[in-house]
Amino acid sequence: MEIRPILATLRKHRIPALLIVLEIALACAVLCNAVFMISRRVSNIHLFNGIDERGLVVVNLNGTDPKRASSEIPRNLAALRGIAGVQAAAITSSVPLSTNNWGWSFGLTPEANVSSHNTTNVSLYMLGEGGDRALGLQLREGRLFGPGEYAAGALGDAALPQGHVTVLTESLARRLWPGQSALGKTLYSRPYYYTVVGVAADVLRPYFGTWNPKMYDVAYFPVNYDAPLGTYVLRSAPQERDRVLREAVDKLQALNPAAVAKGSTYADVRAKYFADTSSMAWMLVLVCVVMLAVTALGIVGLSSFWVAQRRRTIGIRRAMGATRGAILRYFQTENFLLATLGIVLGMVLAYGINLFLMKHYELPRMPAAYFPVGAVTLWLIGQLAVLGPALRAAAVPPVVATRAA
Amino acid sequence: MFGYYFGLALRSLRRTPVLTALMVVAIGLGIGASMTMLTVLRLMTADPLPGRSAQLYYPQLDPQDMQGFKPDGDPPEQLAWIDAMNLLHARRGARQVAMVHGQVVVRPPQGEGRAFFASARYASADFFPMFGVPFLHGGGWSADDDARQARVAVLSRELADKLYGADRAVGQELRLGKDSFRIIGVIDHWNPQPHFYDVTLGKYQNSEDVFLPLETAIALKQPRYGNMSCWGDLPTDENMKNADCVWLQFWVRLDTPAQAKDYREFLVHYSEQQKALGRFQRPPNVRLHDLMGWLDYNHVVPGSVQMQTLLALGFLLVCLVNTVALLLVKFLRRGGELSVRRALGASRRAVFVQLLAESALIGLAGGAVGLLLSLGGLWLLRQQPAEYASLARADGPMLLGTLALAVAATLSAAVFPAWRACRLAPARLLKLQ
Repeated sequence: MEIRPILATLRKHRIPALLIVLEIALACAVLCNAVFMISRRVSNIHLFNGIDERGLVVVNLNGTDPKRASSEIPRNLAALRGIAGVQAAAITSSVPLSTNNWGWSFGLTPEANVSSHNTTNVSLYMLGEGGDRALGLQLREGRLFGPGEYAAGALGDAALPQGHVTVLTESLARRLWPGQSALGKTLYSRPYYYTVVGVAADVLRPYFGTWNPKMYDVAYFPVNYDAPLGTYVLRSAPQERDRVLREAVDKLQALNPAAVAKGSTYADVRAKYFADTSSMAWMLVLVCVVMLAVTALGIVGLSSFWVAQRRRTIGIRRAMGATRGAILRYFQTENFLLATLGIVLGMVLAYGINLFLMKHYELPRMPAAYFPVGAVTLWLIGQLAVLGPALRAAAVPPVVATRAA
Repeated sequence: MFGYYFGLALRSLRRTPVLTALMVVAIGLGIGASMTMLTVLRLMTADPLPGRSAQLYYPQLDPQDMQGFKPDGDPPEQLAWIDAMNLLHARRGARQVAMVHGQVVVRPPQGEGRAFFASARYASADFFPMFGVPFLHGGGWSADDDARQARVAVLSRELADKLYGADRAVGQELRLGKDSFRIIGVIDHWNPQPHFYDVTLGKYQNSEDVFLPLETAIALKQPRYGNMSCWGDLPTDENMKNADCVWLQFWVRLDTPAQAKDYREFLVHYSEQQKALGRFQRPPNVRLHDLMGWLDYNHVVPGSVQMQTLLALGFLLVCLVNTVALLLVKFLRRGGELSVRRALGASRRAVFVQLLAESALIGLAGGAVGLLLSLGGLWLLRQQPAEYASLARADGPMLLGTLALAVAATLSAAVFPAWRACRLAPARLLKLQ
């Protein structure tokens, strides 16, 4: 295809050409950034979480008398374990994505306390006996807690439990001791210290905002039933979890009339945490689709005008022997050239917008993979939009050339 | 004159219904998306207490130890109990209030129904008069009630209605967990947004259902619920009264700028005094934000909302460029007709104004479409689980703003095409016809 005649024509119709370029550039810039935001939200929703989510049910019991915890919690657990279909039941301080976060900072040297400088903030999950089984923790290294360690984990009104053992997530272990095994190492927060006895698969914090590198910084501690905890976790077959949930809430409420029992399946806990994210992602998708449609319609409008303006020239070309295909290809090539120019401009703009968002909204850098995707999308949109007008141009009969303007 | 232009415009638009519809839809979409987000943004940054906000201030002190000290760091966002009580009893402002958020277990009277949670605020006496809280029945407590830990409570209208009926609540007994209180007041609907007086738990949460005197609630260990940040060794004090922790919010009313200046000096002086006593270790580091300044400092508008607003505006820009293109097509196509008008004596200016009148009509129609779309958009946002969802409502300024923005945007998009169209040489075009 000869490009020079196209360039010569474009030089004569600078404004419509410029408008097409501008439309494509803007659409490209907005599209790249919007798709980037969408993909970040979508990847958030599918974050790995190393517990058995499908069969898990969570019931919160609040407003109990802390002084009676040691008698009430075993009684409640026995009742829950009596529900048909319950494979495991235990008490814990919180569950991932529940937004009920208990965080603490630990150092790696004995003099570290909670407010020392180079400490690492982690989310604490305090587990009653059997908590590892109920949650379905996946051990990667070392061991989980033994009965003696659960029994020694008194909490009372304190911030951290008595006892000296902990299990960490893989990510946290790797961050604290890169390249070494975490087993046998110690976390300190004066006057407490805990030796790492096991490393488990990554589990999310109760709350971490959106994706961030510290979202898996989690440590488990064994506690006994003196600890006034209120989150009961139950595991059952996934198809039985709704019934188990209903019965568990009823049972806990009946046993503790002065307290408030509220429960949900773990699937709902997760859905609730990400509800905002997923609906926002859908809205962004909607905006993108509509924007591309508007851009395409704009190109249709401009190209149609253009074709109408050049009917006579097209007729002359046809009369001089150009085939319909040649005319069709002419307009397609023209659109391709304009789209390419727009895309190049759009990439620069997209990069600039990304830099601006990075500076003001803690967004990471856009991976380079988004640029070709944006480019291909707009090339396609451009070709699709020009097809109608180009076909109309190709249909211009050669006889037009002979008619007076 | 304009009537004539609008008549011409209508006729011209009717002649190209597809192109006109395209433009109206494009403008409508852009305006709809932008106005949805702009409305949310405007409501999210609104003044929660119009008329009072300029006199309300939030003081900050820095009682932390030297660990992690940075000379230009910000002080903590809340106060320790000792400082809150010292500022409260110093009475340097026209009014002052110390408070903290709580969550109580409400036990319905006569064993009706199950116990449930209610959000609570434990506050000193000035809370109600200072923020202008409207009472349906009864009133708040006095500083004396607070000091002697009186077991009194104020309820929101909704909770009072649920438990006793709003008109019968005052004088009744309210059971919260293991304690009982006498209800002395019922608040009428009151829900300032943003939830300015305590932004630590969420910036657009609803106002609380149960209000208790601060000293009473702390003494009874009614559950507190909120952020606390500590330094030094672990707190051992159950009431957190002597702990090295900040966990209370504090507001003060200062009626004149001079009073605000005095209060800032008082805070510096207080910090120096505490340092001399050995309680504070850092050099005085105080802040005194007024209400709107405090919201600003806390970035009440979530980054995601700001980003979506930018995205919506970007989308509007795409739509406008599109409109420029379509208007250009439309106007240039009418070169013949415009040339006849010019040849018959219409000035360039007159043709230009005629074309703008036509664009204004398109803008108005686009605005109407945009209005419908943004009403839909706001409805969609209200269905979201986000905390600020209930704020997404249309109001008068939004309705007018939508139409004004649509017309203004379309006119600005039309300037260039109209200018191009008037510059066509009539003689040449007429000859071509």
